[in-house]
Amino acid sequence: MPQQNDEPAAVPAAAPEPSGGPLSEAAVEAGVAAALEALAAATDLAELKEVRLAHAGDRSPLALANRAIAEVPPSERAAVGKLVGQARGRVRAALERRTAELEAERDARVLVEETVDVTLPALRGPVGARHPLSLVAERLEDVFTAMGYEVAEGPEVEAEWFNFDALNFGVDHPARQMQDTFFVDPPSAGLVMRTHTSPVQARSLLERGAPLYVVCPGRTFRTDELDATHTPVFNQLEAIAVDEGLTMAHLRGTLDRLATAVLGPSARTRLRPSFFPFTEPSAELDVWFERPDGSGSGWLELGGCGMVNPNVLRACGVDPDRYTGFAFGMGIERILQIRNGVGDMRDMVEGDARFSRAFGTGLGTAL
Amino acid sequence: MRAPMSWLRQWADVPATATGEDVAAALVRVGLEEEGLHSGGTTGPVVVGRVLSAEPEPQKNGKTINWCSVDTGELARGEEPRGVVCGASNFTAGDLVVVATPGAVLPGPFPIAARKTYGHVSDGMICSARELGLGEDHDGIIVLQRLLGAGASALEPGQDALALLGLTEEVVEVNVTPDRGYCFSVRGLAREYVHGAGLDVATAFRDPADVEVPAPTSAGHPVELRDDAPVHGAPGCTRFVTRVVRGVDASGPSPYWLQRRLQQAGMRPISLAVDVTNHVMLELGQPLHAYDLATLDGPLVVRRARAGERMTTLDGVVRELHPEDLLIADGPGGERAIGVAGVMGGRETEVSASTQDVLVEAARFDPVTIARSARRHKLPSEASKRFERGVDTALQAAAAELAVRLLVEHGGGTADPAATDVVAPGAVLEPAVIALPASLSARLSGVPADQLGRARVVELLEQVGCRVEAGAGAGDEALVVHPPTWRPDLVQPVDLVEEVVRLHGYEAIPSELPPAPPGRGLTAAQRARRRVSDALAAAGLVEVRSYPFTSAARSDQLGLPADDPRRVALRLANPLSEEQPLLRTSVLATLLDVLRRNTSRGAVDAALFELGSVTLPGPEVVAGQRPAPRPGVDRRPSAAELDALEAAVPHQPVHLAGVLSGRAEREGWWGAGRVADVHDAVAAAQVVAGALRLELEVSADAVAPWHPGRCARLSLRGEDGTSAVVGHAGELHPAVATALELPARTCAFEVDLDALVAAAPQLVPAPRLSAFPPSKEDVALVVDSSVPAESVRQALLAGAASAEEGVGAGSLVEEVRLFDVYTGAPVPEGQRSLAFSLRLRAQGRTLTAADAAAVREAAVAEAARRHGAVLRGA
Repeated sequence: MPQQNDEPAAVPAAAPEPSGGPLSEAAVEAGVAAALEALAAATDLAELKEVRLAHAGDRSPLALANRAIAEVPPSERAAVGKLVGQARGRVRAALERRTAELEAERDARVLVEETVDVTLPALRGPVGARHPLSLVAERLEDVFTAMGYEVAEGPEVEAEWFNFDALNFGVDHPARQMQDTFFVDPPSAGLVMRTHTSPVQARSLLERGAPLYVVCPGRTFRTDELDATHTPVFNQLEAIAVDEGLTMAHLRGTLDRLATAVLGPSARTRLRPSFFPFTEPSAELDVWFERPDGSGSGWLELGGCGMVNPNVLRACGVDPDRYTGFAFGMGIERILQIRNGVGDMRDMVEGDARFSRAFGTGLGTAL
Repeated sequence: MRAPMSWLRQWADVPATATGEDVAAALVRVGLEEEGLHSGGTTGPVVVGRVLSAEPEPQKNGKTINWCSVDTGELARGEEPRGVVCGASNFTAGDLVVVATPGAVLPGPFPIAARKTYGHVSDGMICSARELGLGEDHDGIIVLQRLLGAGASALEPGQDALALLGLTEEVVEVNVTPDRGYCFSVRGLAREYVHGAGLDVATAFRDPADVEVPAPTSAGHPVELRDDAPVHGAPGCTRFVTRVVRGVDASGPSPYWLQRRLQQAGMRPISLAVDVTNHVMLELGQPLHAYDLATLDGPLVVRRARAGERMTTLDGVVRELHPEDLLIADGPGGERAIGVAGVMGGRETEVSASTQDVLVEAARFDPVTIARSARRHKLPSEASKRFERGVDTALQAAAAELAVRLLVEHGGGTADPAATDVVAPGAVLEPAVIALPASLSARLSGVPADQLGRARVVELLEQVGCRVEAGAGAGDEALVVHPPTWRPDLVQPVDLVEEVVRLHGYEAIPSELPPAPPGRGLTAAQRARRRVSDALAAAGLVEVRSYPFTSAARSDQLGLPADDPRRVALRLANPLSEEQPLLRTSVLATLLDVLRRNTSRGAVDAALFELGSVTLPGPEVVAGQRPAPRPGVDRRPSAAELDALEAAVPHQPVHLAGVLSGRAEREGWWGAGRVADVHDAVAAAQVVAGALRLELEVSADAVAPWHPGRCARLSLRGEDGTSAVVGHAGELHPAVATALELPARTCAFEVDLDALVAAAPQLVPAPRLSAFPPSKEDVALVVDSSVPAESVRQALLAGAASAEEGVGAGSLVEEVRLFDVYTGAPVPEGQRSLAFSLRLRAQGRTLTAADAAAVREAAVAEAARRHGAVLRGA
C-alpha cells in the first residue's frame, strides 16, 4: 500500500480576509481561489492532506464562513447560504479530483517499485520424467484398446511349455535352438526367461478362449550381449486376434492402422514371406515412413506376423476348423528407435536419467 | 547360405543383365531374406603376366628378392615389359602369373601403385592367393599353369585376370528360415529364384539332381541298418547309399573352379575328396561322407551308441557317446564306431594321402537324432544343419553319383558299377498327402477368390513341386496334394496355403480392418500402474529401467542376513555373466546400479524410480522340486496340467522402487536448497499410495539394507484392522552405500505395487462438504523423545473421536497435523515438544468454543494416557 505521510507539511497560509466581511462574495471567492491553487500545488498525498486540513478542514476559511451564516439576519441567510455552500462544493469536488489523481500516481509508482527480475530461474524442485519405452508401450496400448483389444499380461520367467511347446516349437525343432534362450537352473525345472511375448498368446487363448483380441507389451530376454544394436533384455508388443472368418487381409489392415498411428500418416506396410512356428502363413513386417522432422524415409523391418498356426489353437483348446486368427509381434525399442531417432541401443537400457528426461512425459505430438 | 551368381545361373534362367541385387530381390519376395551381397573385393587392373626373366638379388636383410621382367601385354604393342619386384621364388621365366598393376585395389583394401623398393621401381605386384582373397595360401605367388592346368594354355599376357579367376563375381547370401532346409543348396535357391522372378519352373529351372544313377545291386559295399532304439519311433536312418571309386588320387587339391566355389560359399578347400563331398552338399543339400575304403572292416553298420562307448572324431577329439547318438560302425559285429552319423566322421577311416579307394556315403538321417547329437557334442556342422532340417528323401543316389563323377573326372579313378541303396524297413520316403480345400487359400489370405481360384492354386502348387489330384466329393473343392520329397515342412493345409500365397505374392493381400470387438479398455491394475508412474514423474522422479540380473554378492552388499527370504532367488543355467546368475528379488537390488551409473556420469541430484517385476521363487522352485510339466500339444491341457504349470512358474509381483541422492530441492538464488532425506523417500512412497487413494501407515523398523535408525516400515491397514507390510523407505545403511559406491546418505523406497493395487478402493466415496466455519485448536505436547510423532497423532485422533458423541454434531475432526517439533529448554532433557493443529468442523452447525474445548481436552487426555504426554505450559 502507498505510504501515508502524516507529518504536517508547510502549507501557504489562508489568504488575508478581504474587505466586506468573511461572507462577502469577494471573500468567499478568494477562499475558493486560494483552495484551488493549493490543491493544484500539492504534489503528493501527504501535501494534499495538509491542503485538505487548511482549505476544507473545520478551521478553514470556508468552514468558518459556513459557521458564520448563523449570525446573518434571516432575510439574507438563504442567499449567503447558497453562496457559501456552492463555494464549499467546488472545493470538495476539486479535492476529490486531486486525490484521485495523486492516488493514481502513487499506485503507478508503487508498481514500478515492486518490479522483480522475472527471468530468474523459476524451477526450484527436481523435474521428473517417464521412460520413453513405457510411453511407447502405453501409446501402443491406447491404439489397440481404441480398436477394441484388451491388454493381457504374462510372467517373465515362463514355463517352457508356454514359451515353446504351445507355440508349435517342437522340442528338437531348429527354431527352438535359434532363440538364444536363458534357461532357469536346473534345466529340468522346465522354466525359461520368455524369449518373446508370444506365450501370452497361449495364456490368453487358454484363459479367455475365442473370440479373442488382446495385445501384450512386455519385457523379453535373449542371450545377446549388450551393444549398440543388441540388448539381452528388450520389450515386445504381441497382438493376437482369433475369431470366425479372420484373414490375412484383416492382419494387414490392423498393421496399417498401427503403422500410421505410431509412425505417422505417411506410413505404409509391406509383408514378406517368412517362418515362425506359431504362424502359418508367416510374414515379416516392413514399414515405410517419413520422419516428421523431414530427416528421411525408407523401409524398416518392424516385426513378424502371420495367421495363427492351427497347432497353436489346438494346443489351447480352440477349434481350428471354426476359428482362424492372426498374430504379430514387434520390438518396442525398434519403434522408439525409428520413430524418435535413437542412435544407440544402450541409451534405452542404461537408465541414464538424461535420456528419460529428454522426453519428459510425452514423445511429441507429431505421431 | 551363399550362392555365387554363376552357380545359380547353371541351374536357373537368371538373365545375363541381372545383378546380385536383382537376384536377392527375387529371393526376398518368396521369403529368403538378403543377408548380404559379396564380391571378391578386388578392383582395377589385375591382369595375366608372363615372366620373361627373374633375377635373384640377395639383400642386406638376408632376404632374396627377384627383380622380374613381366610381359603384361607390352610386347604385343611393341613396348618395354614391366619391371616388378617379387619376394617369392616359386616361379621361373615362362610362368604365367597374376599382376596387380598400379590403380588396382586388392582386398584389405590394399591399393597398388608404382613404388620404389630394393633399388628398383616396382611397377605393380605379382600376387599370391591370399593377396587376392583366394584363401590362406601365402607360400608363393600364383602360377596360373599350376592353378588352372590345361586351361592356362590359351591365356594371353595382359588379359583380365579378375574375370578369369572369378574375383569380381557377386555372391548372394540369404538367411534360410528353419522350415526351408532345401534352401541350404544351390538347387533350392535356384528353384526359389525362379519362383521369385515369376518364371515357370518347367522351363526356367534345371534340377542338378536329375542324373542317371546305376541301379542298386547287392554287390555294393554291404550296409546294415540296425537301429534298435529309434527316437520317438522314427528310424535313425531311412536310407543309406554307398558308392566306391577305386584308384583315385583324392588327397590332392581339387580344380580351381571347385575350390573357388567352395570359398565363395564360405567353405575352405581341403582335398579333392572332401571338396567334392562339400560341393555336392552345397549344390544339392545332401551331406556326404568319404571313407578310405582300405580302412573299413566289413559291412557298415548304422546303430545307436552304447553307454560308455567312445570314439575319436575327425578333429582328433575323443568323444564320450550317448545311447541316443546314431553311429556308423564297422568291424566284427559292427563294434567299431567310425562316425557320429550326420555330425562328424571318425579319424581312423578318413581319406588320407595314401588313400587309393574311396567309399562315398549318402544317407538320410532322422532330423531329431542328428539335432540332438550335434547339440550334445556341441558340433553344429554344415552337415548337421541340413540333416536337422530334413534332407530330401529322394536325393541320396543322385548325390552319390555326382560325387563319384567328380572324383573320377578330377582324381582319375574308376567307379565300381555296383551301388548299395538300403532303405530302412517301414521307412516312409514319400511325404504324406494333404487334403486341401481349393478355396482355403483365398479364404485364409483374403486375396479375392477370382485371383486365387482352383486353377491358380493348382498351378502354384505344381510350381512348388507338388503333385495335385482331384479329391473325392462333390464339385472341384477337394484337392489331394502330394508334397515334393524336398519339402518335409509341408504337413498341414495351411502350409500349402502359405506356398500358394507367397508365390502369388503377398502384395496381393488387401488391407481391411476386422469389425471392432467390444473391449473393456485397460484393467484397474493397468490404469493404476500408469497413474502411479505419472504421479512419481510429476513429483520429480525420473523413470528408468534396469536388467533383472543380480548375484548373491549383491545380497551381501545389501547386508541381507543369511536367512533373509530375499536371498532365495532363481538361478539361470546360462547367465550372460557368471557374476550375475540370479534373478532379482527386489527392484532396488538392480536399481542401485543405475543410480551409480548416473552419479558416475556426473549426476549430483538424482531421483529415479523403476516399476518392474521381481521373482520370488520360494525354496521348492529354486531346488527344482516343482518342475513345469510339458503336456502334449494335440489338445488343451487338462485342468490338473494347467494347475501344475501355474504352480511351477514362480511368483513375480510387480514392485516399485525409487532412489534419491543429492538435493530434493535445488540450490539457487533463493537459497542453498535441501538435501534429500528419509522423509523424501517416505513421501515418494506416499505419492504412490496417494495416487491409489491409499494411506500408508508409517512406523519405525530396522531391517537391511536400511540405516537401523532411519528405516520406515510401510503398511496398509485392512478392513479387518490387521496391518500388512507393503514396503520400506529409508536411508541406506552407510555400509551399503559404501559397498555399492553410492553417494553417502542415499535414500530409497520399495513397495509391492501389486499389493497396493489390490488394496486400492474400488470406489472412492465422495466427501460431504460442510459450509460452516472450521474451529482450529493448537496443542503442544511434551513427550519422551522415543515416542514416535505418528503415535501421538494417532492418540489425538482417537481421543478426539471419542469426544464427538458428546458434542453430537457428527464427525468433527478434519485434520490433525504436526506443525512443530521442539527440543531444548524449558523442555526437559530426553523429551520433546510436539505441536499439533487440530482442525474441527461440524456438518450441520457452527461449533461452539465449548465444543472445540471438549474435543481438544479429550484428544490431549488420550495422548496423556497412551504416551504420558503433558500439555506444554499446563
